Amino acid sequence: MIVLRQLVALIGKDLRLEWRRRARLLVVFVFGAMTLLLFSFALPETEMLVRASGGLLVLALLLSSTLGLAESFRVEHEDRALEGLFLLPVEPVAVFYSKAIANTLFLLALGPVLAPAALILYSVQVDPSAIADFALIWALAAAGLAAPGTLYSGMTSRMRGQDVLLPLLLFPLVGPLLLASVKSLNLVILGDAMDQLGSWRNLLIAFDVIYWSIGGVLYPFVCEEGS
Amino acid sequence: MKPLTWQHGLGILGFGLLVTGSVMGLTMAPPERHMGDVSRIAYIHVPTAWSMLLASTFAFGWALTSLWTGKERYDDLLAGSLEATVILSVLMLPSGMIWAKPTWGVWWDWDVRLTSSLVGLLLFAGILALRTFVDEPKRRATWTAVATIVAYVDIPLIYFGVRWWRSIHQVQSSPETVSGGMILPWRINAFAVLFITLWFIAMRSRIEAGRRQLEQAGEPERIAEAVA
Repeated sequence: MIVLRQLVALIGKDLRLEWRRRARLLVVFVFGAMTLLLFSFALPETEMLVRASGGLLVLALLLSSTLGLAESFRVEHEDRALEGLFLLPVEPVAVFYSKAIANTLFLLALGPVLAPAALILYSVQVDPSAIADFALIWALAAAGLAAPGTLYSGMTSRMRGQDVLLPLLLFPLVGPLLLASVKSLNLVILGDAMDQLGSWRNLLIAFDVIYWSIGGVLYPFVCEEGS
Repeated sequence: MKPLTWQHGLGILGFGLLVTGSVMGLTMAPPERHMGDVSRIAYIHVPTAWSMLLASTFAFGWALTSLWTGKERYDDLLAGSLEATVILSVLMLPSGMIWAKPTWGVWWDWDVRLTSSLVGLLLFAGILALRTFVDEPKRRATWTAVATIVAYVDIPLIYFGVRWWRSIHQVQSSPETVSGGMILPWRINAFAVLFITLWFIAMRSRIEAGRRQLEQAGEPERIAEAVA
């Protein structure tokens, strides 16, 4: 129960922190939209862009996520804030889940910016009835990126070479999750004649459950060594 | 340090078996019905893949033990197992590609097994890169163990993915699904690569222990010079 109260308080703190640095959010949104623009240079034909739009959106989410994830723990080292939290004492597991939830919300917030940008730039027509499925897949992808991203961000935040290490560790790890997200989003955007969306969505849920469970179990070991 | 007698014995036995199994596979085993002689590369490719899966499982086991006990010895074994996993993956992927070109017509296909194997290689290579960035031994051990446990999520995908998503890569063979003459060279090479892997892990973990002891003695410059 104490852990839950700590978690709620920490989520409030993390969201306030994000809000006070909202100029950074704007930078990440612009970065995500820019990646979508750059992808269109590689696929110049509209038909190719439409067919690849699900994958391009997921890649834009992934590339944008590294900016947010890298920052999430770095800011906690200013004035040794993280050490202060642990001395209160706050349970490490509450710190991990609050950061992971804040990061998930941050990545979720990219959806309303990146998805309309992709729809307009790539001339994608999405059935309005598919928006709920689209939002669910986006949420699962965001959560699946946030949990391991938070764990690795906690590990690498004070290391030399964090900017290299975080993507080096995170990108291959979330490879299967990205594949499932791309398949799911493409089925939502291009149509699901063979009724395959359910199995890909279940795979995404499985990855989310695994990453969120492992992250919570392992983070206390990470912070013990001075993340 | 104690002399490495039994470990070297494993290496010698492994290489001896590898020569025996490979000669049997090349000369005595029957050719595969559809692919012909080209399939004989399987006597190297498949045992390499098995040992890669085993080495990564050893790494996972050592990672759990290292976290649980905090003893440095297990981090040495973990480092050796991670290196073995990476090297076996590097051997497995090109040997599979050489087999793929004449049979599938392409060097590479984005099949589940191939993709997850490449992801596995990059994952474990990334962990080795992580180790080089952390100077403090206790922290390096913990973070390597954590990253290994997380990365191991990919291994069941490599093994079972071929059954879950039927694609171009064939499912696992068994003694019931292959010709009787193929089984013995396969078994010999499976043990050969396993023994070589165990020998390699023992050697690398011994080197890692030596490196750590030197680091703790406060001679990082001497180690840097020795490594360079």
